[in-house]
Amino acid sequence: MTLSISKAAAVGTEARAAPRRRTLNIAIDAFLLLFCVLMILPLLFLVANAFKTPQEILAWPPTIIPQHPTLNNFFAVIGSTPLLRWIGNSIAFACLSSLCIVATSSIAGYILAKFKFRSLHIVFLIVLATAIVPFEVYMIPLYFQAQKLGLLNSTWGLLLGYLVMSFGIFLIRQNVVHAIPDELLEAARIDGAGEFWIFLRIVLPLLRGALAALAVLAFFQAWTAFAWPLTVATTQDSYTVEVGLALFQTGYTVDLGRLSAASALVLVPSVTLFVFMRRHFVQGISNSGLKE
Amino acid sequence: MLERRRWLFAVAALTPTLAIFAWVRLYPIIETLRLSLFKWDLISKKQPFIGFANFSQLAGDQRFQQALLNTTVIAFGVLIITVPLGMAIAGLIHYRMGSRLASIFETTTFIPYVVSLVPAAMAWKWIFDARLGPLNAFLGLFGISPLPWLFDPMLSVVCVIVLCSWQALGYAVLIYIVGFRNLPVSLFEAARLDGASGLQAFWHVAIPLLKPITLYVSVVTLVSGFNVYAQAYVLASDSQGAPGRQVRVLVMDILDNAFRNYKVGYAASEAVVMLAIVLLLTLVQFSLLRERGAK
Repeated sequence: MTLSISKAAAVGTEARAAPRRRTLNIAIDAFLLLFCVLMILPLLFLVANAFKTPQEILAWPPTIIPQHPTLNNFFAVIGSTPLLRWIGNSIAFACLSSLCIVATSSIAGYILAKFKFRSLHIVFLIVLATAIVPFEVYMIPLYFQAQKLGLLNSTWGLLLGYLVMSFGIFLIRQNVVHAIPDELLEAARIDGAGEFWIFLRIVLPLLRGALAALAVLAFFQAWTAFAWPLTVATTQDSYTVEVGLALFQTGYTVDLGRLSAASALVLVPSVTLFVFMRRHFVQGISNSGLKE
Repeated sequence: MLERRRWLFAVAALTPTLAIFAWVRLYPIIETLRLSLFKWDLISKKQPFIGFANFSQLAGDQRFQQALLNTTVIAFGVLIITVPLGMAIAGLIHYRMGSRLASIFETTTFIPYVVSLVPAAMAWKWIFDARLGPLNAFLGLFGISPLPWLFDPMLSVVCVIVLCSWQALGYAVLIYIVGFRNLPVSLFEAARLDGASGLQAFWHVAIPLLKPITLYVSVVTLVSGFNVYAQAYVLASDSQGAPGRQVRVLVMDILDNAFRNYKVGYAASEAVVMLAIVLLLTLVQFSLLRERGAK
């Protein structure tokens, strides 16, 4: 009774406060919208610069929207640098890395979640402990391993650093624990299903969402990798986009227009991919360590 | 019998992954620890054991100290900007969850986080450019004379902090939004019935409840701050165009020593220092979380 009264009172105040609340909401929306515009403004500037003529780039004060938009920068940069090859290298590297990480993480995550042997628990603790070690810490020995195998300046050399992902194993394990009941596996075993069949036909389909999230996460991790490709890939033909662009901009003549055109060519597809994959990506990230 | 078959399957299925894991993770980590105690110049076959000499040399190395200082300033600078701002923006987005624009807000704040580092850094490089950049043009509107953003050692650290915060913010917002969603709604209703304004509820109810999230975001931000490299590499090249010399950071110093100065053992000892910092930060996070659990 008291509850319904207080509820009615609350509704009453709400009705009275409604117009004020509306203005507040509009104000917040406007503020957030402004903030969002500020967040992507640097990227818009970059894309705008890509269409500017050399004279306009050097103009003061700087213009925001190109006055005589031109595609020359794009033609010039594709003609004078192996940009397309770098993009190809990056795509190959990111796809392969994503594939390897999904494969290794799915099986290891499943086993570590559902097979309760003490020795496996120790393995899991080791995996978890290495998850916090930054890549840059163990990069030097890894470089010599790649060198010994003759993998420098190749996609395989790049891949060496991105074959497994401790966090990926952890992510899949958590998902298996939450999403796959023991009873389901037991039932399949009683029906005479082999362990491998169970993994392939029961576990993997149930993990689709988590695997997609991990694949997207792994792809972007490799796509934005910098220190490792910079060290391993030292010939122009083996650069990834990130390395190619970074070295291109340190050249003696920095042509801002071309640089922006190259950057825009790299940005636009990855941002588009992200917007499409957003749900998977967000799911993957928000799972990171927030759940017990 | 059945147990044994399952055990065999587990081992057989896990072996390839574990073998790769040991090969490209465990071994190099252990090798880094080992190398840090040796002197190795990359060319000679000899690798004499020198104990902690590398570390005592680090203590007197001015370049290393500069790098450590810069990196620490950057990491904490990013933290101070990202965490409060991320929480506030996430709170507002959560508050307007019903709005038709909500998904636009979420996506847009997150875009900088997925954008490739180097193109993003180039965009900012133009903004900060002393002669051509819009930042100085904008400041000029208020009668502020142009500043050499990328050529002054102090200002260029600020620039790196701004760039890194811009990138890290989307992640913080995302995690905080998840945090806000998981907060019990009943508490906010109770607060409202008690006459608390939205702002008061945010301050007295949401912030304390979000403490674990804040800790998590802080540690992740700090750790990635200590790994800063590409941003400094692109943004802070010196007047001759040598990348990153203006703002020397830890990763750059490590790579320089290993592959330019051929002091591999020495570089490994720097990497060990970095590892120690990251471990320390993680331990602090865990102990703070446990403290909260004990209360």
